[in-house]
Amino acid sequence: MPFTLDDFLRVLLLQDYNTQLVVGATALLGLGSGVVGSLLLLRKRSLMGDVLSHATLPGIALAFAILTSLGGAGKSLPALLGGATLSGLAGVAVMLAIRRTTRLRDDVAMGFVLSVFFGTGVAILQMVRNLPDASGLMSFVYGKTASIVLSDFTFIATVSVAACAVSIVLLKEFTLLCFDESYAASQGWPVLLLDVLLLGLVTAVTVIGLQSVGLILVIAFLIIPAAAARFWTERLGVMLVLSGIIGAFSGWLGASLSALLQDTPAGAVIVIAAASVFLVSMFFGTKRGIVPRYLDHRHLQRRVGRQHLLRSVYEVLEGDAGPIANHPVPRGELLAHRSWTPHQLKQLLSLARREDHLESTADPDSILLSESGFGEAARITRNHRLWELYLIRHADIAPSHVDRDADMVEHILGPEMVRELERELAPDLQIPASPHRI
Amino acid sequence: MDWNFTDTWIVVTGALCALACALPGCFLVLRKMSMMGDAISHAVLPGLALAFLFTGSRESLPMFLGAAVTGVLTALFTQWINRFANVDRGAAMGVVFTTLFAIGLVLIVRAADHVDLDPGCVLYGSLEFSAPIVPGEVPRAAIVNGAVLLLNIAVIALLYKELRLSAFDPALADTLGFSSNLLHYLLMTLVAVTTVAAFESVGSIIVIAMLIVPAATAQLVTRRLLPMLLVASAVAVLSAVLGHLGALTVPPLFGFSGTTTSGMMAFAAGLIFTVAWLVSLMPRRRGAAEGHRPGDLAAGP
Repeated sequence: MPFTLDDFLRVLLLQDYNTQLVVGATALLGLGSGVVGSLLLLRKRSLMGDVLSHATLPGIALAFAILTSLGGAGKSLPALLGGATLSGLAGVAVMLAIRRTTRLRDDVAMGFVLSVFFGTGVAILQMVRNLPDASGLMSFVYGKTASIVLSDFTFIATVSVAACAVSIVLLKEFTLLCFDESYAASQGWPVLLLDVLLLGLVTAVTVIGLQSVGLILVIAFLIIPAAAARFWTERLGVMLVLSGIIGAFSGWLGASLSALLQDTPAGAVIVIAAASVFLVSMFFGTKRGIVPRYLDHRHLQRRVGRQHLLRSVYEVLEGDAGPIANHPVPRGELLAHRSWTPHQLKQLLSLARREDHLESTADPDSILLSESGFGEAARITRNHRLWELYLIRHADIAPSHVDRDADMVEHILGPEMVRELERELAPDLQIPASPHRI
Repeated sequence: MDWNFTDTWIVVTGALCALACALPGCFLVLRKMSMMGDAISHAVLPGLALAFLFTGSRESLPMFLGAAVTGVLTALFTQWINRFANVDRGAAMGVVFTTLFAIGLVLIVRAADHVDLDPGCVLYGSLEFSAPIVPGEVPRAAIVNGAVLLLNIAVIALLYKELRLSAFDPALADTLGFSSNLLHYLLMTLVAVTTVAAFESVGSIIVIAMLIVPAATAQLVTRRLLPMLLVASAVAVLSAVLGHLGALTVPPLFGFSGTTTSGMMAFAAGLIFTVAWLVSLMPRRRGAAEGHRPGDLAAGP
């Protein structure tokens, strides 16, 4: 599709009246559903948007049928949306009732409501398809983003901002509901009411989303921005804001792109824009992204490996008679000391060399610690022994088993903890002897 | 209401399809993955579109393969995002299937410029159009769904023990050497194949409803796997019969000419579930209820 850079900028910067409305409406919807979707994600009910968007169909079809048979204009927007809301709420009620009165699990209750309501909706729609004026009804299913008018915009903006406002005013209560429902109940909060309120917000956002991104794609707006925001933060407030921003951004970008490229359904382009943000966040999100978590993990593994190497060298040195002194240690002895393969040992040695813990020796088969390496080895061994003594004395762990248990914690002992251990176990700053056979 | 051979075939095809869905559906429900059917039924769209774009025809075999592959990919992606990125399974499923659906929609709309492929048709096959025009002819949809049903019965019968174990206790299955992961993907492949076969011949609504509702109804009635499979099958067949009867009789009551059997099948299945639900809520004779034997402390006054 040929378009120039000027076109692109004009649309992105909202210089056309038409695109202003469309892009503005979808961005606001993205904001609202991003915020509400975060709460839903933490409540582990992400697919509720899916359920509700399907469950609105019988309401839409019934409202249309009733209005038309009363002689009114069947496609009056408020009436259709009212029908959608009512049938969405009915779906919520059925789901909560199934959960409370049977032993069926959440996902079954959700799947039941989704499929039965949707099937019923399709049956009613097919029934009324020959009524006059019924032709555009199915556009509800796919959305009609390109034809948003001012009244739609005002409506979407109002509901979206209201949903955000309610979420923020009730943030404390919703947080409690999401993270510890039973604690909230024991503290006297009306948990059921809050649950219904949250699902009501979801219903409202879903119903306005029908209009701008379509019945099937509105659910992406409730899930993807929230899931993407989760990778960047561990704080609920930040997540809410971030998710709203991601939703608004995808709405803006997707709607702009689809205005530029003819024959692309706006809803689909918006979802793809949001999914791209999700993909980037999934890999690079600073808190839970795959790459940062992998790097963290590797960093920790390297530190642990280095510390094991230094302690092993120190323990081998200790094995010699007389006072401990730094001298070259043959590789073979180290390999016998721990269950390393020669390749693993080689990697560990190159790590230690990078930290200046090793000195080069004339003999390639032996290892000599540098001065700083020797000091570090003594310190690490001391921490390990202190922690072992602490576990034996205060946690009743048998001396023959303590090595592994100590190993799991010693790499993350902070300096304060070490000082406390020193005070308690080895006030003379000596390196205690190992409590077990090495 | 006049009933002729077309109606018979509609009910037979609908029942075959419902049965084919209900059997793997039981395992989906047991494995807490009820929403997977809905997810797969949306997510196969890009597979259908790509197969169409590559072959340039609406021949069923490439379409079928494309959709089945995307169906399995949906399960794979969901599993990966769930495991490697620590995203809640429901959310992972939602991200995957909405994205795939959106990609499929763009592909179809772009392709529709120069070819004849209507998203409406791809999404909703019709049970009514699957019936033969000439008496005595066996409709293709009945053959396809019958074949899928046989496949499902064969797989479940062959791997009954393994599937049962991994549905109820995946960890034990793993320690005993049956990879519950492998069985998971096998099950997902079955669901994808079943979904796509039904999708193409009779529409997606039947699939979504029949994967869940018969199994959910059966779970209300029994706690054992074999009775569950049988009850689910009975509910599936009953929904097909009641659904078509409803499609013929209900609309005239309101002055309309007719409606889809598949939608009414979902509605009928919902009614059957509701009956089972209400029965399960009725107070039972003391001692008759499962686990409430006389002298049982939990029985209470």
